[in-house]
Amino acid sequence: MSVDTTCCNNSCDNQAISEWIKSEEYKEKNFSREALTINPSKACQPLGAMLCALGIEGCLPFVHGSQGCAAYFRNNLSRHLREPVPTVSDSMTEDAAVFGGQANMIDGLKNAHALYHPAMMAVFTTCMAEVIGDDLKAFITNARNQGAIPEDFPIAFAHTPSFVGSHITGWDNMFKGLLQSLADPRHGKWTNGRLYLVPGFDAYPANLREYRRLVDAMGIPVTILPDASEPMDAPHTGEYELYPGGTPMAELADALNASGFVFMQKYSTQNSFKFVKNVQKINTEVVTMPIGIKNTDNFLMALTEMTGKAVPAELERERGRAVDAATDAHQYIHGRRFALFGDPDLLIGLVGFLLEMGGMPVHIVCTNGNAKFKKEMDALLASSPFGSEGKVYIGKDLWHLHSLLMTEPVDMLIGDSHGKYLAKDAGIPLARVGFPLTDRVNLHRSPIVGYQGAINLISLIANTFIEELDRTCSDERFELLR
Amino acid sequence: MVDDILSAYPEKARKMRAKHIVVKDEGCTTCAIKSNSKTIPGVMTARGCAYAGSKGVVFGPVKDMIHISHGPVGCGYYSWSTRRNLAAGERGVDNFVPFQFTSDFTENDIVYGGDKKLETLIREIKELFPKVKGISIQSECPVGLIGDDIESVARKMSKELDMPIVPVRCEGFRGISQSLGHHIANDAIRDHMIGKKERADVGPYDVALIGDYNIGGDAWATKTILEEMGLTVTNIWTGDGTAEMLQTAHQTKLNLIHCYRSMNYICKHLEEEYGTPWMEFNFFGPTKIEESVLQIAERFDEKIMKKAKAVIAKYKPQMEKVIEQYRPRLEGKKVMLYVGGLRPRHIIGAYEDLGMEVIGTGYEFAHKDDYDRTIPEMGNATVIYDDVTAYEFEEFVKRLKPDLIGSGIKEKYVFEKMAVPFRQMHSWDYSGPYHGYDGFPIFARDMDMAINSPTWALSQAPWKKSAKEV
Repeated sequence: MSVDTTCCNNSCDNQAISEWIKSEEYKEKNFSREALTINPSKACQPLGAMLCALGIEGCLPFVHGSQGCAAYFRNNLSRHLREPVPTVSDSMTEDAAVFGGQANMIDGLKNAHALYHPAMMAVFTTCMAEVIGDDLKAFITNARNQGAIPEDFPIAFAHTPSFVGSHITGWDNMFKGLLQSLADPRHGKWTNGRLYLVPGFDAYPANLREYRRLVDAMGIPVTILPDASEPMDAPHTGEYELYPGGTPMAELADALNASGFVFMQKYSTQNSFKFVKNVQKINTEVVTMPIGIKNTDNFLMALTEMTGKAVPAELERERGRAVDAATDAHQYIHGRRFALFGDPDLLIGLVGFLLEMGGMPVHIVCTNGNAKFKKEMDALLASSPFGSEGKVYIGKDLWHLHSLLMTEPVDMLIGDSHGKYLAKDAGIPLARVGFPLTDRVNLHRSPIVGYQGAINLISLIANTFIEELDRTCSDERFELLR
Repeated sequence: MVDDILSAYPEKARKMRAKHIVVKDEGCTTCAIKSNSKTIPGVMTARGCAYAGSKGVVFGPVKDMIHISHGPVGCGYYSWSTRRNLAAGERGVDNFVPFQFTSDFTENDIVYGGDKKLETLIREIKELFPKVKGISIQSECPVGLIGDDIESVARKMSKELDMPIVPVRCEGFRGISQSLGHHIANDAIRDHMIGKKERADVGPYDVALIGDYNIGGDAWATKTILEEMGLTVTNIWTGDGTAEMLQTAHQTKLNLIHCYRSMNYICKHLEEEYGTPWMEFNFFGPTKIEESVLQIAERFDEKIMKKAKAVIAKYKPQMEKVIEQYRPRLEGKKVMLYVGGLRPRHIIGAYEDLGMEVIGTGYEFAHKDDYDRTIPEMGNATVIYDDVTAYEFEEFVKRLKPDLIGSGIKEKYVFEKMAVPFRQMHSWDYSGPYHGYDGFPIFARDMDMAINSPTWALSQAPWKKSAKEV
């Protein structure tokens, strides 16, 4: 329907505007905006840094900057995980804005150390500290010299300005900061015989557990670094533990003596990957997040290549079960059109999975994707006839996606809880995958990676379609068999 | 107990924290408690920032305005639909509450300033959302630090687009908590919105509802009572509110304020400037509702008073039934609270209606006048804590062993891991409303559900227990 836009001033009614918003013409207008961002699918760096820091045992994340930021990060992560998220800040205010945040940091380190007895702290910045140019390294040294914390108390730090990149950049920077600040130098050619598995920004504790299970099954000694699976999903025992597990400090310290590193995400570990591979010259692989059968196959084969260990029969049987699930359910996904949004690594994994199921990814919106991501995604789409309609949008937001859904409809949206408004407007179901998942329980407690993850995703997507059919079909088409 | 808990702090921090905690005793009607001062660095505080107070609380719920989170992406993202102020209207047409609009600052904007970008994006807003009734510019930290002139952009664009464009200097580093953000936002509404429009249909019973955030529909539950009393709720400010309601705020006969902390500034201004009287009221639980309904009616005539009494009489049996159902299960249960602007005191009556006792309470960002209002409400031996740290709160709970805690999301899972029943009292734990006669049955049900959930009894594995007993 085309609507005369000159009508769309204050005098015309909601109905006309509502129709106009769904139009091709509106889409064009929407896509031509240059300065305005509406509903972006990305958070800022320190949130990622905080998730990264939570994965080290006994580590207290420390936000250098305004306390409001720390409150926001904790709220947002807690809403997704339904877990406590301990983090302190040094509560910088106007005077710190003028004189710098050193006094706050020194007091803050002292108080946090005395009160929360951490084994280490991970300090990272907010945009305020970055704009005024605070020097973390110097401040931490001065804090030690003034006796605010013991001389040898371990502190990792990272600059994580909120106006650069997104939460995945922050994860990357903090990870690199952990290695640079606290890992011992490499002992020549000697290795500790352990594979270090780096998850990247992944807010599914179940994914981390699934990685461990798979690598254990391969018989490879592994350290997940950082491993926030316990801090993100601590058992209920009637007692609150401030630091419920995580990668032991000793294994962080020994990281650069790893026999190898495998990075499970590419875009949320770009700098860290370069540091480990090119600077430290460690045997390093980066794999596509193992979402779906083929991506999991590739992950396991990469492990074989790195370590010489064969994929055990047990995992082969597991693979067979996942393939069985895929063939059993293919009819519910084949030929269906999907729109997706989320972080770059997640999207690469999900699109690969959809293609192998015969699903058709149509709109792929990645607010924090870069040109490299677009190239990789385009190539992935081109590799399958089911990818022929797929278009990749980097730097675009969920209001762009709104226009896409209105002008070129699809059957299902895949993304985090923020997508629920889009799905409702478009009259399609939302399969909730990603971060944050704030309006459903326990989704983060089932893996979406590995063969088990493939089964979970197939069930989620196929059953969502089937439930939609049951809810919307006419009475005479309401059948027992689906 | 307090001294013992505070002994964990380094000396300087201990001295500062000691001033923020009191135990109410006999004869202490306004115990000296220090509030509204800086949080000590390095602790886990529940406090937010001025931006959170302005965008998250005051401006965010004004539904037909677009609120730009001006600066880097994070602040807008984290405050996106995370307060539950419901709003009626068509999303993207005349209701923008579930949206986040941001200028998404990059390094370039930090170096060269964001004013030009702001101008462009305001034009883009008007193009894409023709029914928008105003725009607010919520400054984030870097905007203040790099010295952008958002006031001049707002003036220019307001003229060009012929609608209110409100610059709000609510950078997060200003002040010590959300509280300054409320004040700054109120001042911005005073300067840019109030008195800018006139309603033709002014009536003798027009009242405004101020500082009701419509969490899970609270404002609607409140409105129902006021309208049954014969009043006309013409203006709601902070939940399901519109730009016009702010602009015509000077025309009401009485301002009814629920959250004193966040919105008292504007009530005082309206009184001084336009002579509009204001009063605080409390619609949590039947006892307080009844008191408030009568107090509100006293401000009007016999006709309203008669209706007010009829309202009380109508709902009394319903409320008695609720109490009859839940009181036996809740009688004598002890509650500790720690919330934001009004609930640490307003909600006490609702617990008392159910036979429960509040043994500890405190505010994230209160001022002296809040504590002056709170302390007389409290019984002896109540612990009162201002800007309590996570460490102190946990220690209080371990020692005082409450049956229920009412606080926020950051506290929720800590105490639930300790197997202490908990309700989020900022967001009603995704339930609600809790206000008014519609809300009380839901409140009672939720508190009962939290305290008497059989899940708490699962905490300990049975074999562990038997091992201990053997």
